[in-house]
Amino acid sequence: MVDSTPTLEFDYSKYDFKADTKYLYVANKGLNRQVVEEISRIKNEPQWMRDFRLRALEVFLKKPMPDWGGDLSKIDFDSLTYYLKPTDKSKRDWSELPPEIKNTFERLGIPEAERKYFGGVGAQYDSESVYHSVKEDLAKKGVIFTDMDTALKEHEDIVRKYFATLVPPEDNKFAALNSAVWSGGSFVYVPEGVEVDVPLQAYFRINAQSMGQFERTLIIVEKGAKVHYMEGCTAPVYTTDSLHAAVVEMIAKEGAHAKYTTIQNWSGDVYNLVTKRAYAYANATVEWVDANIGSKLTMKYPSIYLVGPGARGELISVAFAGKGQHQDAGGKVIHLAPNTTSKVTSKSISMNGGRTTYRGLLRVAKGASNVKASVRCDALLIDDKSKTDTYPYNEIYDSTATTSHEASVGKISEDQVFYLMSRGIPESKALTMIVMGFIEDFARALPLEFVVELNKIINMEMTNAVG
Amino acid sequence: MSMPSLLKITDLHAKVGDKEILSGLNLEVRQGEVHAIMGPNGSGKTSLSYVLMGHPRYVVTKGDIQIDGQSILTLKADQRAKLGLFLGFQYPLEVPGLRLGSFLRTVATEVKQDKTPVGQFYAGVKKQLASLELSDDFLSRSLNEGFSGGEKKRIEILQLLTVKPKFAVLDETDSGLDVDALRLVSNAVSTVRGPDMGIILITHYQRILKYVRPDFVHILVDGKIILSAGPELADEVEAKGYEAFKGTAPVSTQ
Repeated sequence: MVDSTPTLEFDYSKYDFKADTKYLYVANKGLNRQVVEEISRIKNEPQWMRDFRLRALEVFLKKPMPDWGGDLSKIDFDSLTYYLKPTDKSKRDWSELPPEIKNTFERLGIPEAERKYFGGVGAQYDSESVYHSVKEDLAKKGVIFTDMDTALKEHEDIVRKYFATLVPPEDNKFAALNSAVWSGGSFVYVPEGVEVDVPLQAYFRINAQSMGQFERTLIIVEKGAKVHYMEGCTAPVYTTDSLHAAVVEMIAKEGAHAKYTTIQNWSGDVYNLVTKRAYAYANATVEWVDANIGSKLTMKYPSIYLVGPGARGELISVAFAGKGQHQDAGGKVIHLAPNTTSKVTSKSISMNGGRTTYRGLLRVAKGASNVKASVRCDALLIDDKSKTDTYPYNEIYDSTATTSHEASVGKISEDQVFYLMSRGIPESKALTMIVMGFIEDFARALPLEFVVELNKIINMEMTNAVG
Repeated sequence: MSMPSLLKITDLHAKVGDKEILSGLNLEVRQGEVHAIMGPNGSGKTSLSYVLMGHPRYVVTKGDIQIDGQSILTLKADQRAKLGLFLGFQYPLEVPGLRLGSFLRTVATEVKQDKTPVGQFYAGVKKQLASLELSDDFLSRSLNEGFSGGEKKRIEILQLLTVKPKFAVLDETDSGLDVDALRLVSNAVSTVRGPDMGIILITHYQRILKYVRPDFVHILVDGKIILSAGPELADEVEAKGYEAFKGTAPVSTQ
């Protein structure tokens, strides 16, 4: 039964396939000024971006590795390939892609999902975005959904105005790395008053081994506008490690609503070190829904800066850590204006020796009056081999703030499983029902199709678990 | 009609850890019969219910449990449930985030292969909730989370009504209920009583037996049945207490 349940790791077989790809350009391994200049040259970038990259490289080389969080000592920056170009430009029709790339995304079900659920889809393969398309009615309303490289060419003024304003290279070592070698990622612009009521989806795929993927995403939601952006990530399993270091910046202007959902399911050899930050202006709402299922080590703390009065932020973080995995996740909420509210919910599940860490910061600046903030983090341990720890930081500098913090660590009890089984529910399904119940807040924030998919993934794991 | 099913317990010995909790228990229950098992605290009543349902901490060391001649000892709880066994828990477990409504639907579709359309299914469940004087709101609440003791017991009965097992073991379903709730639960049990269900009512007190008149009453002491008789035995226990029966040699009236 549960106490002796040995294997609960996620099964990646569905995502574990490699495509023999003819790359148009492969950068030399390792990172130096030549590699950075070469990337910028191939992309034919304006001088300011080239200068920005070189500045970022300096910052990266100077900054020490973080001495907190997960074990980063095994990352060998010299053995990684920093730029791999699969196609000459991002396509607007799947049929224009090379067959092995098109097949990859078809196996992952992306074109089908696009037809069924989404207002637009972007797909990135190693370093470059290979496909981007947005529905015609949204394009007519002025919604832009394209890859960052195209955006830099076609909307340089908007990109230059906002790029790296939320996350400068100096922010942290991996943001600096991304800034130096970034490639691909999404650019979303929603004009004032436009509500995009179907999600925009981006899918990130690492195909090559010992690869660094450094996409850069910028989302701007103008006054009173609304958007939900979703991303998924997978990779095949290799014997060497890959690195994914993305930067995401999201801006919700006055009264806007910006929601960003991630279902991260990298293979167990990927370091996932991502910086995500959002600004919410007056009466705007920002939501991060962040699920980390895959990767070897994830360090990711989506942040919300509530910069205008009445702004609202919500973060739902879900982490699954199985064998050999460490999910160091959480988030930051910074209240900088009066009457701002925030809610953080973290749910983590550790199994088969996996480790989850919740790391969170709640800060209320002096003068940000009448803030309401709540933090809740719950951890579920499926066996005795697994670990969980919590590092909540609270910095409250305004005495009018109302804040609450709740934390719990639970174990699935043998009796609970027995209870469900006594109704005829098989053990694996009983475990799935308990885990899905545990993350119900999160599941409720997802479109139904994703809940069904998530249920399948978890059930597959639990089935493997009980044998 | 086909032959009624038979649940047969033979010389059952079981332990938890090093502690023997059943020491040679014999019992035969046919579909359609109601058996009351009475006993003092610590006599092995709840242990019997867990052993029957296959709780992994309870290990059978000797004897057998059979349904229609097939031993169920190697089967897990879910497989036993599929053969028609049900356990109403004395202390039902809470499952946060698992909504009662969807849980019942899962049980009905997955276990009972119930093909009732979803709307019709919930209409039926709502009727049963009403008969137990519970509001429809319970369907969207987490299973047993924050329910009062009496509500949990009534939800066990609701599950019994959904599952309609061949054999229902009801472990102290009457404990913790006030008079009104006891009447509701008893009425519900009486409605499912019939030729298709064998019921084992495990109880400390005889008060539920006034509403659900058993066909047989057994006295369980120190992990075995020491006396079996008709319903009048319950009245005798009420009058004399359990002490009077201790030291009695095992007797079977079956």
